[in-house]
Amino acid sequence: MDAIVAEGLRKRYKDVQALDGVSFAVREGEVFGLLGPNGAGKSTTVRVLTTLTQPDEGRAFVAGEDVVRHPNRVRGSIGYVAQDSGVDWEATARENLLLQGRIHGMAGKPLHARVDELLELVDLRDAANRVSRGYSGGMKRRLDIAIGLVHRPRVLFLDEPTTGLDPEARAAMWVEVERLAAAESLTILLTTHYLEEADRLAERVAIVSRGKVVVEGTPDDLKRDLAGESVTVELAEANGQVAEAERVLTALTDDVHVDGQSLRARVPNGAEAIPRILGALDDAGIPVAAVTTARPSLDDVYLHYTGRDFSSEDEAGK
Amino acid sequence: MTTQLFRHTGWMVVRQVRNLMREPIWIAMMVIQPMLWLVLYGQLFKRVGAQGPASGSYVEFLTPGVVAMNAFFGGMWSGMAMIADLDRHVIDRFLAAPTVRVAIVLSQVVRAGITAILQALILLLVALALGVRVHGGALGWLVVFAGAALLCGVFAGFSHGIALLMRKEASMIAAANFVGMPLMFLSSILVSIALMPGWIRAIARYNPVDWGAHAMRNAVLTGGHWGSTGVYLALLVAAAAATSLFATWCFRAYQRSL
Ligand SMILES: Nc1ncnc2c1ncn2[C@@H]1O[C@H](COP(=O)(O)OP(=O)(O)O)[C@@H](O)[C@H]1O
Ligand SMILES: [Mg+2]
Repeated sequence: MDAIVAEGLRKRYKDVQALDGVSFAVREGEVFGLLGPNGAGKSTTVRVLTTLTQPDEGRAFVAGEDVVRHPNRVRGSIGYVAQDSGVDWEATARENLLLQGRIHGMAGKPLHARVDELLELVDLRDAANRVSRGYSGGMKRRLDIAIGLVHRPRVLFLDEPTTGLDPEARAAMWVEVERLAAAESLTILLTTHYLEEADRLAERVAIVSRGKVVVEGTPDDLKRDLAGESVTVELAEANGQVAEAERVLTALTDDVHVDGQSLRARVPNGAEAIPRILGALDDAGIPVAAVTTARPSLDDVYLHYTGRDFSSEDEAGK
Repeated sequence: MTTQLFRHTGWMVVRQVRNLMREPIWIAMMVIQPMLWLVLYGQLFKRVGAQGPASGSYVEFLTPGVVAMNAFFGGMWSGMAMIADLDRHVIDRFLAAPTVRVAIVLSQVVRAGITAILQALILLLVALALGVRVHGGALGWLVVFAGAALLCGVFAGFSHGIALLMRKEASMIAAANFVGMPLMFLSSILVSIALMPGWIRAIARYNPVDWGAHAMRNAVLTGGHWGSTGVYLALLVAAAAATSLFATWCFRAYQRSL
């Protein structure tokens, strides 16, 4: 059975079409990634699935319940870790967890035992009785996750769990999420705008762009489907020959993308293509500083399906 | 459903009160400010005879006024807590859980009301020490507490509505001052209506702050006029219901904006 089903979700905010027909399905027990640049509509999708936002159109089911018709049933079986921490700063970790548990109908010994278990799980036992105002970003994030887990939800939503964390805390969070997925037998939907995060954590991903899912699959399949390799050509001089170089490359390769003085493209076989590319550029009198090839990344997948560059779109969406 | 509402409201009130108790400055402000007002205004206006033809000392006249003023300002500023919760995304977290929606706003109003009652108690005790008598006896005390809680509730509802619409501290401060200052001076909090210009007296009749001040003044000063006291309290109940509806509507508007 699918733990999450989204069918044609649409949502408009004044002059922004945040969701423009989002559809995907998440299997029970899997870690699923919604990957997309800033502004793609990931958080809006999660807010619809967690009953915070009403979609204009479309349907969604979480743990078998319709999010619009039976929001309270959905709320009982999900945990939601929003993009922005929802920790009550003036309360201790323990107090945060106890209140959340009570809201979910827990009480007494079982609640306290569960809170102790979670404090242990997210490594906050020593700080448990300290007011959380003084916690580091990583500690607050771990507390957010524990808050989302108090009532043993079947589905956990993690909206950008590592945004704003330093690289060390991010790596620690990755380990944490992997551990949770195993320990709590959860379905996890996580959103991210870090390609490597989706690659590392998600068994399957849906790539979201401008309010639509452009492609869905395992990271490996998505990359394999883009047969070949990506080639990056750095031009030697900033002498206005970029357009000319682009024309040369377009004749020889797929998915050409220009970024300043460097051009990226995809070819079936790097070793074979590079001499041809260099020859053609040489014929056109365009000096080249460097050429590199790489296996396709999710970056290339994004470029292939949307025709746009992930990082520049991510910057623009901020 | 109603037991759920009471439970959730209770937990949220406990949360807010506990968080406030962790702010030593807040506690100091809550205790010292009303006393300061009582003593300062008491000295300032004593010579003026601002109590008008009413019997008794000016401090006795002033005590119910300062209780009303505290309740009123306490309510007016109570929306700041909602803004802090919105800023910290605590509200969204509660909304994604099976929290009884009404409890989120109701608890804030209840918390503000409890604070107003505590301040009224402190003020009455200080006033007793200054020689003030509550002429209405036990019923008088009850009227003061009810008046303080209701007056606070009226403006807490208003304040939370504004907080939910504006969602910014600076706008909230501006709105509270813009509405708060005139309402305070267009009432008989500090000065007897007998000494007011006619136009202010006319406006004051529609000012909930004045209703509260009148009800509490009846209870403290005269210990009579229970009929008119009842009417003022009823008006405050109606006003509190109206601003609570306003706050609820604003909360729905907030939810729709997500
Ligand atoms: N509450 C809101 N009001 C107005 N616009 C919004 C709101 N939430 C999101 N948006 C807009 O919808 C688009 C998608 O936003 P979001 O879902 O947050 O993207 P992501 O999480 O992928 O970065 C953005 O253009 C954003 O500005
Ligand atoms: Mg987002």
